[in-house]
Amino acid sequence: MHRYRFVLYRPLQFLPVLLGISIITFVLVRLIPGDPARVLLGSRATPAAIANIRAQYGLDEPLWVQYFYFIGNLGQGEMGKSILYKIDVLRLIATRLEPTLALVLSSVAQSILIAVPLAALAARHRTRLPDHAVRIVSTLGIGFPPFWLALMLIILFSVRLGIFPVSGYGGSLTDKLYHLALPSLTVALSLSAVLTRSLRAAMVQALESDVATAARARGMPESIVFWRHVLPNSLVPTVNLLAVNIGWLIGGTVVVESVFALPGLGQLLVRAIFSRDYMVVQGVAMVFACATVLVNFLADIITVALDPRVKL
Amino acid sequence: MAVLGLFLVLAVFAPFIAPYDPIFQDAAARLHAPSPAHPLGTDNFGRDILSRVIWGARIDLQIAVIGVVFPFIIGTTLGTIAGFFGGIVDVIFMRVVDVVLAFPFLVLMLSIIAILGPGLGSFYIAMALVGWVSYARLVRAQILVLKNSDYAVAAISLGFSRSRVMFRHLLPNAAAGSLVFVMSDAVLVLLNGAAISYLGLGVQPPLAEWGVMVADGQSFISTAWWITLFPGLSIVLLAFGFSLLGDALADLMGVHE
Repeated sequence: MHRYRFVLYRPLQFLPVLLGISIITFVLVRLIPGDPARVLLGSRATPAAIANIRAQYGLDEPLWVQYFYFIGNLGQGEMGKSILYKIDVLRLIATRLEPTLALVLSSVAQSILIAVPLAALAARHRTRLPDHAVRIVSTLGIGFPPFWLALMLIILFSVRLGIFPVSGYGGSLTDKLYHLALPSLTVALSLSAVLTRSLRAAMVQALESDVATAARARGMPESIVFWRHVLPNSLVPTVNLLAVNIGWLIGGTVVVESVFALPGLGQLLVRAIFSRDYMVVQGVAMVFACATVLVNFLADIITVALDPRVKL
Repeated sequence: MAVLGLFLVLAVFAPFIAPYDPIFQDAAARLHAPSPAHPLGTDNFGRDILSRVIWGARIDLQIAVIGVVFPFIIGTTLGTIAGFFGGIVDVIFMRVVDVVLAFPFLVLMLSIIAILGPGLGSFYIAMALVGWVSYARLVRAQILVLKNSDYAVAAISLGFSRSRVMFRHLLPNAAAGSLVFVMSDAVLVLLNGAAISYLGLGVQPPLAEWGVMVADGQSFISTAWWITLFPGLSIVLLAFGFSLLGDALADLMGVHE
């Protein structure tokens, strides 16, 4: 079990990173020009009313005092109030979490379904036609802007074929999945282009590994070598690739949620930036950053669980 | 190479190649489908899409180049210093890198642009503030290996100054991997620049930029698909050009990702 000991002490190493994240989000958001109290009350507000709001939200204190309020509140699970929505930021984030989480999970699942077979096809037919085709398609695919890909899918599936809705989010589970179909396909396609390229390299390596050569020497057919030895050995790189690309994935969801008017965290962030809702920008950026740290941690645990040789 | 060359020619000679003024609004020619007069059609203001795509090459190429150059310079310099000196400098440096990397790239970019206000200038500053991290990490790892190599030890024992050893001896050898990375980074920068402009936080209309053009066409996708299709294709093609050049460079220098 000592191989898993890092699960206990690794979170301690996160502390400086989390502190850094909190400082960056705090400083960033407080530097935004424009007075949020004025935004909230409109241009005809009286100076007294503005001063009142500033005092209520602690905006009149020095910056470093505001930071300590911020950290203290954070310790109690408080991230302040949204100036625009008039509710707790954490509550607001909780209501927006589901569409984003559903989008991320379904995109990851789809991209694995796309990338693994393609990478396998390319690796098994290395330097032949399928390999060249897959490499060209994935290289092209990396350059597809997600927002544009989304619109092209809308033209094809919504406008021409009328199968999927153009925007919004549903009420019931089936309705939600129905609304998620195009957004998640968009993100999945962008992600699978990145995955396929790296996964192909990992599989080529696995096909040339000693394990594969030994299996061939024992007279195993190539298909069994592939299914039993190559594919399991490319699982670990896949998990790590997904973790490395989590930033790319989140960036994709932010843009795609905006295209499809999906009420998730990404759309919340973009709207909060436009309306100068400090606390919300701060909260969402922080949640995304913590999610990135957490996903990398989970990937480490999965790597150790999948591959007995790895020691962290 | 050919793809990039094509876009370079388009960008440099845009005024001579483009058949129309990219921001001229022709009320009589609104939402025209592709035709001999307007090969790629016109948008809702009657502007010629082909001309806008050609002029857009100027801005998007500029986004990709400037958006890469500053992070490259800052990143390689800081990475060299951290790797060479080690110790507390390196520890602090790596912590900063960890923190910046913890943020999803686009989220941090958007937050910085929100502070500086929308626009291309803000985009470049945000790029420089966020993008240097990858270069710094790459170069630092290289320097850590190289600083114990014979020629570095020789240069130090000859009494050369530290900055001379760092920047004249080590950096040129460490930068090869980063140069390959520059090409794949250019793709990312291009996509991010276009995405940020699409969201309304980058290049401002009526300037012809491909991301802005896609956003312009979004309300008309059910009737006038050509407004969104062609600028997007241009992004894909330019990105493909950078990727191919990156692959060629990697083969040339024997670098493997």
